[in-house]
Amino acid sequence: MRARVEVYPRREILDPQGKAIRSALERSGFDRVQAVRAGKSFEIDLETDDRAAAEAALKRMCEQLLANTVVEEYEIEILEEARP
Amino acid sequence: MRCGVVVFPGSNCDHDVYHVLKHVLGQETTFLWHEDTGLKGCELIVLPGGWSYGDYLRGGAMAALAPVMAAVKRHAEAGGPVLGICNGFQVLLEAKLLPGATRRNAALRFECRDVHLKVERNDLPFTRRYAAGQVIRMPIAHGEGNYEDSAEALDRLERNRQVVLRYVAPDGALDPAWNFNGSARAIAGVVNERGNVLGLMPHPERCAEEVLGNTDGLALFAGLVESAARPGARPAVAAKAAKPKAPRRAALRR
Repeated sequence: MRARVEVYPRREILDPQGKAIRSALERSGFDRVQAVRAGKSFEIDLETDDRAAAEAALKRMCEQLLANTVVEEYEIEILEEARP
Repeated sequence: MRCGVVVFPGSNCDHDVYHVLKHVLGQETTFLWHEDTGLKGCELIVLPGGWSYGDYLRGGAMAALAPVMAAVKRHAEAGGPVLGICNGFQVLLEAKLLPGATRRNAALRFECRDVHLKVERNDLPFTRRYAAGQVIRMPIAHGEGNYEDSAEALDRLERNRQVVLRYVAPDGALDPAWNFNGSARAIAGVVNERGNVLGLMPHPERCAEEVLGNTDGLALFAGLVESAARPGARPAVAAKAAKPKAPRRAALRR
Protein backbone atom coordinates (compact mmCIF):
# COMPACT_ATOMS: atom_id res chain seq x y z
CA MET A 1 0.00 0.00 0.00
CA ARG A 2 1.27 3.44 -0.85
CA ALA A 3 0.33 6.52 1.13
CA ARG A 4 1.10 10.20 1.04
CA VAL A 5 1.49 12.24 4.17
CA GLU A 6 1.48 16.02 3.95
CA VAL A 7 2.65 18.19 6.81
CA TYR A 8 1.91 21.92 6.97
CA PRO A 9 2.41 24.67 9.51
CA ARG A 10 -0.80 25.16 11.46
CA ARG A 11 -3.01 27.83 9.91
CA GLU A 12 -3.21 29.90 13.07
CA ILE A 13 0.59 30.10 13.26
CA LEU A 14 2.49 32.62 11.20
CA ASP A 15 4.43 30.80 8.46
CA PRO A 16 7.44 33.00 7.64
CA GLN A 17 8.51 30.75 4.78
CA GLY A 18 5.09 30.75 3.11
CA LYS A 19 4.89 34.50 3.57
CA ALA A 20 8.28 35.00 1.89
CA ILE A 21 7.28 32.77 -1.03
CA ARG A 22 4.02 34.69 -1.41
CA SER A 23 5.85 38.01 -1.62
CA ALA A 24 8.37 36.56 -4.10
CA LEU A 25 5.47 35.40 -6.26
CA GLU A 26 3.97 38.86 -6.00
CA ARG A 27 7.25 40.41 -7.13
CA SER A 28 7.24 37.98 -10.06
CA GLY A 29 3.94 39.37 -11.24
CA PHE A 30 1.58 36.86 -9.63
CA ASP A 31 -0.24 39.59 -7.77
CA ARG A 32 -3.40 37.60 -7.07
CA VAL A 33 -1.76 35.06 -4.76
CA GLN A 34 -3.42 35.59 -1.41
CA ALA A 35 -1.51 33.13 0.75
CA VAL A 36 1.06 30.34 0.53
CA ARG A 37 1.76 27.64 3.06
CA ALA A 38 5.02 25.75 2.62
CA GLY A 39 4.90 22.15 3.82
CA LYS A 40 6.47 18.75 3.38
CA SER A 41 5.28 15.68 1.57
CA PHE A 42 6.18 12.04 2.32
CA GLU A 43 5.43 9.04 0.11
CA ILE A 44 5.33 5.94 2.26
CA ASP A 45 5.14 2.32 1.09
CA LEU A 46 3.64 -0.06 3.62
CA GLU A 47 3.73 -3.82 3.67
CA THR A 48 0.04 -4.37 4.25
CA ASP A 49 -3.31 -4.61 2.47
CA ASP A 50 -5.26 -3.61 5.54
CA ARG A 51 -6.33 -0.02 4.98
CA ALA A 52 -7.54 0.62 8.50
CA ALA A 53 -4.34 -0.74 10.02
CA ALA A 54 -2.27 1.32 7.57
CA GLU A 55 -4.14 4.50 8.42
CA ALA A 56 -3.74 3.87 12.12
CA ALA A 57 0.00 3.27 11.69
CA LEU A 58 0.38 6.39 9.55
CA LYS A 59 -1.38 8.47 12.18
CA ARG A 60 1.04 7.20 14.82
CA MET A 61 3.97 7.99 12.51
CA CYS A 62 2.73 11.55 12.16
CA GLU A 63 2.21 12.03 15.88
CA GLN A 64 5.55 10.53 16.83
CA LEU A 65 7.88 11.79 14.13
CA LEU A 66 6.64 13.16 10.81
CA ALA A 67 4.88 16.21 12.25
CA ASN A 68 5.54 18.35 15.28
CA THR A 69 1.94 18.85 16.32
CA VAL A 70 2.84 21.88 18.42
CA VAL A 71 3.23 23.90 15.23
CA GLU A 72 2.24 21.56 12.38
CA GLU A 73 -0.79 19.65 11.14
CA TYR A 74 -0.88 16.65 8.83
CA GLU A 75 -3.04 14.97 6.21
CA ILE A 76 -2.94 11.29 5.27
CA GLU A 77 -3.98 10.02 1.86
CA ILE A 78 -3.92 6.41 0.62
CA LEU A 79 -2.65 6.46 -2.98
CA GLU A 80 -2.66 2.76 -3.89
CA GLU A 81 -4.44 -0.05 -2.11
CA ALA A 82 -2.31 -2.85 -3.58
CA ARG A 83 1.22 -3.60 -2.51
CA PRO A 84 3.69 -1.66 -4.58
CA MET B 1 30.38 16.40 39.49
CA ARG B 2 30.46 13.78 36.79
CA CYS B 3 29.29 15.41 33.56
CA GLY B 4 28.22 13.78 30.30
CA VAL B 5 28.16 15.56 26.95
CA VAL B 6 26.01 13.73 24.42
CA VAL B 7 27.44 13.44 20.92
CA PHE B 8 25.02 12.96 18.04
CA PRO B 9 26.22 12.65 14.46
CA GLY B 10 26.42 16.32 13.50
CA SER B 11 26.91 17.77 16.98
CA ASN B 12 29.54 20.50 16.72
CA CYS B 13 29.56 22.26 20.08
CA ASP B 14 30.28 19.09 22.06
CA HIS B 15 33.98 19.82 22.52
CA ASP B 16 33.30 23.41 23.59
CA VAL B 17 31.00 22.22 26.37
CA TYR B 18 33.46 19.48 27.33
CA HIS B 19 36.24 22.07 27.54
CA VAL B 20 34.28 24.37 29.84
CA LEU B 21 33.23 21.58 32.19
CA LYS B 22 36.54 19.74 32.24
CA HIS B 23 39.20 22.42 31.86
CA VAL B 24 37.57 25.62 33.05
CA LEU B 25 35.56 24.14 35.93
CA GLY B 26 37.75 21.11 36.59
CA GLN B 27 34.91 18.58 36.53
CA GLU B 28 35.13 14.92 35.57
CA THR B 29 33.60 14.96 32.10
CA THR B 30 32.95 12.33 29.49
CA PHE B 31 31.34 12.11 26.08
CA LEU B 32 28.23 9.97 25.64
CA TRP B 33 27.55 8.51 22.19
CA HIS B 34 24.07 8.73 20.69
CA GLU B 35 23.88 4.92 20.57
CA ASP B 36 24.72 4.50 24.24
CA THR B 37 21.90 3.11 26.32
CA GLY B 38 23.30 4.27 29.65
CA LEU B 39 24.77 7.50 31.00
CA LYS B 40 28.00 6.10 32.52
CA GLY B 41 27.02 7.39 35.95
CA CYS B 42 26.90 11.03 34.86
CA GLU B 43 25.03 13.43 37.11
CA LEU B 44 24.77 16.33 34.67
CA ILE B 45 23.78 15.68 31.06
CA VAL B 46 24.38 18.31 28.38
CA LEU B 47 22.93 18.11 24.88
CA PRO B 48 25.19 20.38 22.83
CA GLY B 49 24.54 22.47 19.76
CA GLY B 50 25.13 21.51 16.17
CA TRP B 51 23.13 19.86 13.41
CA SER B 52 22.24 16.48 14.84
CA TYR B 53 21.46 14.04 12.01
CA GLY B 54 21.79 16.94 9.59
CA ASP B 55 18.63 18.49 11.07
CA TYR B 56 16.71 16.13 8.77
CA LEU B 57 12.94 16.56 9.04
CA ARG B 58 13.18 19.21 11.80
CA GLY B 59 15.94 20.38 14.12
CA GLY B 60 16.33 17.75 16.84
CA ALA B 61 13.58 15.46 15.51
CA MET B 62 15.79 12.48 14.70
CA ALA B 63 18.07 12.94 17.72
CA ALA B 64 15.05 12.83 20.03
CA LEU B 65 14.61 9.18 19.02
CA ALA B 66 18.27 8.18 19.49
CA PRO B 67 18.89 5.32 21.96
CA VAL B 68 20.69 7.58 24.44
CA MET B 69 17.60 9.76 24.77
CA ALA B 70 15.66 7.01 26.58
CA ALA B 71 18.33 7.14 29.28
CA VAL B 72 18.31 10.95 29.28
CA LYS B 73 14.52 10.86 29.78
CA ARG B 74 14.87 8.50 32.74
CA HIS B 75 17.57 10.76 34.19
CA ALA B 76 15.32 13.81 33.82
CA GLU B 77 12.31 12.01 35.30
CA ALA B 78 14.44 11.08 38.30
CA GLY B 79 15.22 14.78 38.82
CA GLY B 80 18.73 14.76 37.34
CA PRO B 81 19.87 18.01 35.72
CA VAL B 82 19.74 18.20 31.91
CA LEU B 83 20.90 21.18 29.86
CA GLY B 84 20.13 21.58 26.16
CA ILE B 85 21.92 24.26 24.18
CA CYS B 86 20.73 25.43 20.75
CA ASN B 87 20.24 22.20 18.78
CA GLY B 88 20.28 20.43 22.16
CA PHE B 89 17.31 22.62 23.16
CA GLN B 90 15.51 21.52 20.00
CA VAL B 91 16.22 17.89 20.90
CA LEU B 92 14.63 18.46 24.33
CA LEU B 93 11.57 20.03 22.66
CA GLU B 94 11.23 17.17 20.18
CA ALA B 95 11.69 14.63 22.98
CA LYS B 96 8.86 16.41 24.85
CA LEU B 97 11.11 16.97 27.84
CA LEU B 98 10.28 20.65 27.38
CA PRO B 99 7.10 22.22 25.97
CA GLY B 100 6.89 24.17 22.71
CA ALA B 101 8.71 24.09 19.39
CA THR B 102 11.19 26.18 17.44
CA ARG B 103 10.57 27.27 13.90
CA ARG B 104 12.46 29.14 11.21
CA ASN B 105 13.57 32.58 12.41
CA ALA B 106 10.86 35.11 11.60
CA ALA B 107 13.14 37.05 9.24
CA LEU B 108 14.27 33.77 7.58
CA ARG B 109 17.88 34.66 8.34
CA PHE B 110 20.51 32.67 10.19
CA GLU B 111 21.39 34.91 13.13
CA CYS B 112 24.97 34.81 14.39
CA ARG B 113 25.49 37.63 16.89
CA ASP B 114 25.57 38.55 20.56
CA VAL B 115 22.21 39.03 22.25
CA HIS B 116 21.17 40.37 25.62
CA LEU B 117 19.20 38.13 27.92
CA LYS B 118 17.24 38.86 31.04
CA VAL B 119 17.52 36.20 33.73
CA GLU B 120 13.93 35.90 34.93
CA ARG B 121 14.63 33.77 37.99
CA ASN B 122 17.68 32.69 39.94
CA ASP B 123 16.20 29.96 42.13
CA LEU B 124 17.33 27.21 39.76
CA PRO B 125 20.63 25.29 39.72
CA PHE B 126 21.19 26.77 36.26
CA THR B 127 20.79 30.39 37.32
CA ARG B 128 21.75 30.56 41.00
CA ARG B 129 24.97 32.45 40.21
CA TYR B 130 23.03 35.21 38.43
CA ALA B 131 20.88 37.88 40.01
CA ALA B 132 17.15 37.81 39.24
CA GLY B 133 16.51 40.42 36.57
CA GLN B 134 20.21 40.53 35.60
CA VAL B 135 20.93 41.27 31.94
CA ILE B 136 23.68 39.10 30.46
CA ARG B 137 25.23 38.86 27.01
CA MET B 138 25.56 35.62 25.06
CA PRO B 139 26.10 34.68 21.44
CA ILE B 140 23.42 33.03 19.33
CA ALA B 141 23.98 31.14 16.07
CA HIS B 142 20.86 29.57 14.64
CA GLY B 143 18.39 29.64 11.79
CA GLU B 144 15.52 28.00 13.66
CA GLY B 145 15.20 29.47 17.11
CA ASN B 146 11.81 31.08 16.80
CA TYR B 147 10.08 29.66 19.90
CA GLU B 148 6.38 28.99 19.50
CA ASP B 149 3.52 27.39 21.34
CA SER B 150 -0.22 27.92 21.67
CA ALA B 151 -1.38 31.00 23.59
CA GLU B 152 -2.69 28.79 26.41
CA ALA B 153 0.59 26.89 26.63
CA LEU B 154 2.55 30.17 26.70
CA ASP B 155 0.28 31.49 29.45
CA ARG B 156 0.88 28.30 31.42
CA LEU B 157 4.65 28.75 31.00
CA GLU B 158 4.42 32.28 32.37
CA ARG B 159 2.20 31.23 35.28
CA ASN B 160 4.62 28.44 36.23
CA ARG B 161 7.61 30.78 35.84
CA GLN B 162 9.11 28.42 33.28
CA VAL B 163 10.46 31.24 31.11
CA VAL B 164 14.02 31.55 32.42
CA LEU B 165 15.67 33.72 29.77
CA ARG B 166 14.23 36.40 27.50
CA TYR B 167 15.74 38.40 24.66
CA VAL B 168 15.90 42.03 25.76
CA ALA B 169 17.57 45.32 24.84
CA PRO B 170 20.89 46.03 26.61
CA ASP B 171 19.00 48.01 29.27
CA GLY B 172 16.74 45.03 30.00
CA ALA B 173 13.65 46.36 28.23
CA LEU B 174 11.50 44.09 26.10
CA ASP B 175 11.94 45.30 22.53
CA PRO B 176 11.03 43.40 19.34
CA ALA B 177 14.12 44.90 17.68
CA TRP B 178 16.30 42.84 20.07
CA ASN B 179 14.32 39.62 19.60
CA PHE B 180 16.20 38.57 16.49
CA ASN B 181 14.47 35.26 15.82
CA GLY B 182 10.94 36.47 16.55
CA SER B 183 10.32 34.11 19.47
CA ALA B 184 6.92 34.27 21.12
CA ARG B 185 7.15 36.48 24.21
CA ALA B 186 10.88 36.88 23.49
CA ILE B 187 11.54 33.47 25.00
CA ALA B 188 15.20 32.41 24.81
CA GLY B 189 15.21 29.66 27.43
CA VAL B 190 12.63 27.53 29.24
CA VAL B 191 12.75 25.09 32.13
CA ASN B 192 10.44 22.17 32.88
CA GLU B 193 7.97 22.42 35.75
CA ARG B 194 10.22 20.50 38.08
CA GLY B 195 13.12 22.86 37.38
CA ASN B 196 15.77 20.29 36.39
CA VAL B 197 15.64 20.46 32.57
CA LEU B 198 16.68 23.72 30.91
CA GLY B 199 16.85 24.47 27.20
CA LEU B 200 18.15 27.68 25.63
CA MET B 201 19.05 28.84 22.15
CA PRO B 202 22.05 31.02 23.12
CA HIS B 203 25.48 29.48 23.69
CA PRO B 204 26.80 29.85 27.27
CA GLU B 205 29.80 27.62 26.42
CA ARG B 206 30.98 30.22 23.91
CA CYS B 207 31.30 32.91 26.56
CA ALA B 208 32.78 31.11 29.53
CA GLU B 209 36.43 32.19 29.46
CA GLU B 210 38.29 35.48 29.63
CA VAL B 211 40.14 34.65 26.44
CA LEU B 212 36.82 34.75 24.59
CA GLY B 213 36.14 38.28 25.79
CA ASN B 214 32.97 37.37 27.67
CA THR B 215 32.41 35.13 30.68
CA ASP B 216 28.67 35.66 31.16
CA GLY B 217 27.99 32.00 30.34
CA LEU B 218 30.32 30.53 32.93
CA ALA B 219 27.97 31.19 35.85
CA LEU B 220 25.41 28.85 34.31
CA PHE B 221 27.78 25.88 34.39
CA ALA B 222 29.32 26.96 37.70
CA GLY B 223 25.88 27.14 39.31
CA LEU B 224 25.10 23.58 38.20
CA VAL B 225 28.40 22.28 39.54
CA GLU B 226 27.95 24.16 42.78
CA SER B 227 24.40 22.96 43.39
CA ALA B 228 25.42 19.35 42.85
CA ALA B 229 28.56 19.42 44.96
CA ARG B 230 27.80 21.56 47.97
CA PRO B 231 24.34 23.06 48.01
CA GLY B 232 24.66 26.48 49.55
CA ALA B 233 28.41 26.67 49.09
CA ARG B 234 30.05 28.92 46.55
CA PRO B 235 33.28 27.29 45.46
CA ALA B 236 35.64 29.54 43.60
CA VAL B 237 35.10 29.13 39.91
CA ALA B 238 38.25 27.38 38.78
CA ALA B 239 39.63 30.41 37.02
CA LYS B 240 43.05 29.31 38.16
CA ALA B 241 42.56 25.84 36.76
CA ALA B 242 41.91 27.33 33.35
CA LYS B 243 45.19 26.91 31.61
CA PRO B 244 44.74 27.66 27.94
CA LYS B 245 46.88 25.19 26.06
CA ALA B 246 47.30 27.37 23.04
CA PRO B 247 48.84 30.82 23.37
CA ARG B 248 46.34 33.64 23.45
CA ARG B 249 45.55 34.93 20.06
CA ALA B 250 44.86 38.61 19.74
CA ALA B 251 42.69 37.93 16.71
CA LEU B 252 40.06 36.42 18.96
CA ARG B 253 39.53 39.74 20.70
CA ARG B 254 38.84 42.00 17.79
